[in-house]
Parts: sequence; C-alpha cells; structure tokens
Amino acid sequence: MSDTILELDHLRVETIQGRVLVDDVDIKLRRGEILGLIGESGAGKSTIGLASMAYARAGMRITGGDIKLDGTELRASTASYRRDRRGKSIAYIAQSAAASFNPSMTLMDQVCEAPVIHKVMSRTQAEIYARELFRKLQLPNPDTIGDRYPHQVSGGQLQRVMAAMAMSCRPDVIVLDEPTTALDVTTQIEVLSLLRDLIRDFGTAGLYITHDLAVVAQIAHRVMVLRHGKMIELGDTRQILEQPKTDYARALVNERREAEHLALTAPDKVAHPVLRLTDITAGYGDRAIVKNISLDLAKGETLAIVGESGSGKSTVARIITGLLPHWKGEIELAGAVLPPALKDRSDDVLRRMQMVHQMPDVALNPRHTLEQIIGRPVSLFFNSNRKDVRARVLELLRLVGLPTEFAERRPGQLSGGQKQRVCIARALAANPDVILCDEPTSALDPLVAEGVLKLLKTLQDELGLAYVFITHDLGTVKRIAHRTAVMFQGELIAQGPTAEIFAPPFHPYTEKLITSVPEMHTTWLDEILARRSGQILAPTSIAADEAMAHEEARRIVADPTKQGSAEWLAAAQTLQGKPGLAPDLAGLEAQLDRVRGMSEL
Amino acid sequence: MTLFGHKAPPTAILGLLIILLNLAVAVAGPWLAPYGETQIVGGGWDPSSGASWFGTDQIGRDMLTRLIYGARMTIGIAFVTTILSFAIGIASGLIAAALGRWVDIVISRLVDVVLSIPLLIWALMILNVLGQSLTSLVLTIAFLDSTRVFRLARALGISIVALDFVEVARLRGEGLWWVITREVLPNCAAPLMSEFGLRFCFNFLFIAALSFLGLGVPLPYADWGGMVKDNVGGISFGLPAALFPAGAIALLTVGINLVVDWFLSVDARPSGAQAEM
Repeated sequence: MSDTILELDHLRVETIQGRVLVDDVDIKLRRGEILGLIGESGAGKSTIGLASMAYARAGMRITGGDIKLDGTELRASTASYRRDRRGKSIAYIAQSAAASFNPSMTLMDQVCEAPVIHKVMSRTQAEIYARELFRKLQLPNPDTIGDRYPHQVSGGQLQRVMAAMAMSCRPDVIVLDEPTTALDVTTQIEVLSLLRDLIRDFGTAGLYITHDLAVVAQIAHRVMVLRHGKMIELGDTRQILEQPKTDYARALVNERREAEHLALTAPDKVAHPVLRLTDITAGYGDRAIVKNISLDLAKGETLAIVGESGSGKSTVARIITGLLPHWKGEIELAGAVLPPALKDRSDDVLRRMQMVHQMPDVALNPRHTLEQIIGRPVSLFFNSNRKDVRARVLELLRLVGLPTEFAERRPGQLSGGQKQRVCIARALAANPDVILCDEPTSALDPLVAEGVLKLLKTLQDELGLAYVFITHDLGTVKRIAHRTAVMFQGELIAQGPTAEIFAPPFHPYTEKLITSVPEMHTTWLDEILARRSGQILAPTSIAADEAMAHEEARRIVADPTKQGSAEWLAAAQTLQGKPGLAPDLAGLEAQLDRVRGMSEL
Repeated sequence: MTLFGHKAPPTAILGLLIILLNLAVAVAGPWLAPYGETQIVGGGWDPSSGASWFGTDQIGRDMLTRLIYGARMTIGIAFVTTILSFAIGIASGLIAAALGRWVDIVISRLVDVVLSIPLLIWALMILNVLGQSLTSLVLTIAFLDSTRVFRLARALGISIVALDFVEVARLRGEGLWWVITREVLPNCAAPLMSEFGLRFCFNFLFIAALSFLGLGVPLPYADWGGMVKDNVGGISFGLPAALFPAGAIALLTVGINLVVDWFLSVDARPSGAQAEM
C-alpha cells in the first residue's frame, strides 16, 4: 500500500457556462498528514475540497484531472462506487454545522447513519463507537447527548458532533471546510484542539480549508495558498508563515500579522461628545439584554464595542438607532435628547445617524441599481433634483473607490468588498455625523476587509465622522479604534483608550478574549491550551496530553528564544525535571485560583 | 429554445402554445365563430357535421361557437378574478408582514376563519346572498382566493422584511408604501409570478365548478363549466356533447400547469444546472 492516500492530479473544475473555477491543481496527501488550503473566498478552496470526493456542487462540473483515493481513480469509477466511498473512506465537515444537520432527527441517528448504510458496523456497534467519539470530543453527557436534537445543543457542540459524524466510519481522509469559522473565538479554540487531537489519534489525513492563516498554522503540516482557482504557493506551514516565496502569500501573511500589532498611536482628544449614552437599559420582552450602558463618542473618534456573540453588542446598535426603544436612560445626539423609538425621531436625526451592516449581501436590495440605492437617501433627505442626485451618486462612488460605471449595476454583479463599499457610500449619502458599523468586515476576506478598514479610516480623517464600531475581531479593533468598550453579558466591563484596554492589567474576561485570537505561529494553540489546561478541557486523554506537553516542553527548552515567556520556560523545565508527574502543588494552586477567577465571571 | 433567458423544455413550449391558442381564440372570438353566441342552428344534440363541426348543444346552438365564446368568458373572468385576488392578497399579506404585531394577528386570524370552511361552501353562501351576476361572481371568487394569496405573500414578505436592506430603509424613515412596493415586492415577484399561473388555473376550475352547480356565469352567456353542466344529460344517451367543453377545460389546465412547472423549476435551480452525482 502506498503512502499517498489522496491524489489530485491536474484537477480542473468549471461551471456549466464554462467559467473555470479550479485550474490545474495538484494535491498529494499522505496518510496522517494535514494539508491546509488557504485563500480568499472565490479562490476555489471549497470546490477543491468537494472535488476530492469527486463531487461538484450544482452548476459545476469536474472537467479534467484525476482524483485518486487510495489508488483508485474516482472519476473513472461508477457512481455507486463513488457513493460507497463517500462517508466511508473520505468524509466531509461543513462550515455551518447548524445548517448541515437534519433538525428532525436525533444526533445519534445522524451519527450512526453512515456506518450502518455503508455496512461498516451494526447499529449497536455504531452507537457504542459514537459514544466513544463523543467522549473523545469532550461533549457533555456523552452517553445521552445522542438523544438530543440539533437545536438542543450549542453551535460549538454541534460542530463537534459533526466531527464525530465524519469520523463514524473511520475514514482515511477527512475534508474540513472552515469548521471553526462560524464559531466564537473562545469556542474556536476548543473545537480546533479537539479536531487536531482526533485527527492525530486516528491517523487520518486531512484537507483543512480556511481563510485564516493563524488557524491553519495550528493544525496543518503543509499549506497550499490558492487564488482564483490556481495554486500560488505550496510549502511547509512554517515556511509559508515565515518565508513566503510569492508576493500574494506575503501579502496574506503581512495582513494577518499587522492585525496583531497596534497601529493606531495617537487617540484624539475627547471633544464635545457627538453621541452620548447615559445609563441605558433595554431588552426584549421582560428580559434586559443590555444593562446600564454609558458611552461617549466624540467627533472624529472611533469607539469599538467588543465582546462574544450574545454579549449584547449588536443590541446596543439597535438601541442607538431606535429599532429597539430603550427602557431607561438617555441618548443624546449633539446635545439633544433623542426619543427612544425610531418612529418618534425627526428626519434630521435619522439623517445624522447611519448604519453599515455586517452582511453586505442582504443589506442591499438586489433589485435596485447602485444609483437607486445610493441616490435614495440623497433625494429623501435633501430633496435634490434628479441631476443633482446623479452627480452626488457618482461623487460618492468615487469617494469609496468604485468606478462610476457601477451606478447602473445591481448588487448581484459586485463582489463582497465592493458591496460593503456601496453600503458605506449609502451611509455617507446622508452626510451623517455618526456611522454605526456592525461588524462591517467580518463577512469579508482578510485583504478585502483591510481595504474597507482603510477606506473607513480615510473617510474619518476627511469628513470628521464618528464611528461606533461593533466587532468581535480584536485585530480590527487594534487598528481602527481610538477607544474600546468591552461587553460581557449585557454589561460594559471595561472602557477606555484602546492601548490601555490591550495592555495589562487586564480584566479577566478581556484577557480571555485577547488570548483567544489565533496568532501566527505554529505553536500558539499548544501554548494557549497549556496555559488554560484543566480549565476548559476535562482530563480525558491525560496520557496523550502529557505526551504532547513533554514534546512541547522539550521544544521550549531547546529553543527558548522563540517562546518569549520566562514563566513558560520555567514551567517547561519543571515538567521535564519530573517526568510523569503533574506540575507541582504551588502551580496547581495558582491554576485553581485562575479557574475560580474565570468561573466567577 | 430559450425564453426569458432560460432554456425552455419542450413541455413548456407545448404549454405556451396551448395558452397562446386559447388566448387567440378568446380575443378573436366574434370573428372566428361561425354563428352567433345564442343563435339556434339545429335540433338538440345534433351530431357533428360540415355545418357544425362539433355538433349542437341541448337546445340546438352550435357547439364550436359556444366553445369560442366560452373561452372569452371563462378565461376573461378567471383573469380578472386572479388579478383582483392577487391585488388584495399581496397588499394585505405584505402589509401584515411589514407592520407585524396586531395588524398581522388580526388579518391572519380573519384569513384563518375564511380558510377553516371550504371555499366552495363560502362561495355558495355568498353568491346566494348577493345574487347571481358577473360582478358578484368575480368579487366573491377574488375575495375568497385572495386568502390563499395572502398566506403566500405574508410568508415571503416576512422573510424579506427581516433582511437588512429593509431595516436600512426603515432607519432612513421610509414610509410603509415605499417599503412594500420598492423593497419587498420586487424581491418576492418570482414566486408570486409562478403562483399567479397556478391560481389562475384554480380560479378557472372554480368558476367551472360553480357554473356546473348553477351559480356561475348567468345565462345565456356561454362558459365552459356551464356548458358541461347543460350538456351532461346527453352522456346517458351516449352523446359526446359535454366532452367538448370538458376537454377544453382540461386542455387549458394542462397547458398552464406545464408552463408553471417550468417557472417553478427555474426558480428553484441555479441557472438550470444539475448536480453531478
């Protein structure tokens, strides 16, 4: 048996209309190896992932190349043979677990489906094996969780069940299509580490598809950089991260690196606040989502609101805009108190506060042309005649860096980044004082997001706009926000200049948020897990963990310069000094304290 | 062959031809018909001959002439009724979706009340009260049918109202009319279009059913449903007269469904492509 388990040779995928999606891509995957596929959306990552199972989505065709799985050419084989291989020898984990489960079947039924259909195991065996997988993936109540339905477990747990589903037939190859992208940063760590352990323990080969270099750094042995369906660069993970050979790979790496550094140095002097929230409380039904929030925003300033999903940060935007009337407290815009509800506010107030949404795809009416979209606020707020509206639309298009011919186009003809620029142009059309940005870059690719952020920054300098910037991406915050407010369970737990928030002493929750952002070196995940060990992860596979820790310790001791922290070096040395034993008592106690600190949150 | 930028299968083309034929007959009726609508040309249930190709009906009127005039009446009423029903249904459905809360609850529960009793029973009740006339027939069917359209329009509307661009319009202070006509309606036009074809068909059959029960198009106008009812007695004597109008109804129904099927499939698939298995 050869060492290569999956081989794609000169793969070519086209749409039915003949547009080339993937062109001449070669992949060789050895047993037990993980290859990271990285690139912007539209680079053909997912298409390659699916093509490795000889499958093409509706509207696409595999038009060239060989797909060899364990020595057998899949494209030349029969449809029933391919169907038999899928799930059994090669499994797929989709990006959105929530959308990939059948809501009317229990988790156990869905996990056991594949092994039973493929006649790998009997139903009873499959159930026993599934429970073992659940235990390995550290799902709560592994013996009974299978009886639940998909809506009864959280997103992170569902993603883990999906991994169990993919592993249920013990496949040789597993295709992971952005398995952690839809998760919170804090959940992402858990899922990432569990996936990695699972893949390693089973000796499965993996194709890991993602757009986040820092994530791929933690899990992949080799990385392939893709762009427009073509391979740009293939190399060792470490080499790609540290010495990318091509310009494009370098741009990707640099962009990601920049996100880790504070670029904004001089926060503006707090002038008279243009927007002020005092003691705001609001919620849905009887439940308060946001409690006692007070914020100030000066002209020309950016205030970032950060927090996990569910922390109420988007609700703050809804309260400010009046979509969700607040129960108590006051909102002032340029000194005047605003009525809580949208319908009581004057046109002028509506004009002065604009919003940019997270998903440009649904924030633009697909049936309108850009001229209609951008022109409507102009004619509505300024009663301009047609010629003036047209002139203003063209001016705004130029301002946000889009060609003026785009005025006749509809949103469907634009890319994600261009759409977001249109959203910004529409907000600017009203000549606002304040723009509320609700995760404006999180649906965009890194390089495109970078462009949008730069645009926002330039516009702020030129027009003196004030931004409320809601995001969970701390890298973005560091680059754009003068001041940052951290939200946790509906309350503001920290607020101040960004530099101060991101420097010690941290609030424990802020620290957790900050340390959860993947960093661009291959050992980050191990470090962060080791730092949190015993806190999030229950000690299920102690032996494996310990072996890993020792491996880690050897490396840290051998190469202390790379790791930075002296505390770490010390811990590693302790561990090496006493093989087979847990860290000493004092260390344990210190960790316990930290656990208590976390649980008090 | 492509239509509206999509490749049309042969069934759809056949359906389109059937519809066009019917429309042509309906429009050009008076010029095509060999006799007058109520003119008696022979005895009751005469068999087909050179003078009257499809024979005569129960009182000796020319069957072909009646069929041609019947197309005019039946298709015309169905068309007016469906347009009216869609106007009412879409307007109320989108208003309910856009305003939500008590407006939605009130309209939806009213519609539920109407839907809880079979439409035919409603129609019999209302038409008995209003009396038999073309106007009351059209209004009654349009009102009853609009409840079905309401359900669809509301469901589509609710999913679109939840999208961000509608929120943006509201944040801009746009009124209800703008939100409904400019933001929501254009985005649910495709499924409503295909529904229009289906409902046109149902209304058409509904009128035929009412005519058959004697509550449809008033005498002496020709309509296909009424003609089936008038001539059904001949079946017992082995006379085929009732089959001609019945066949016309069947033909148009099949034609419309062929086209609607195609509409629906175009709507559901990305540019007519199929997944490779």
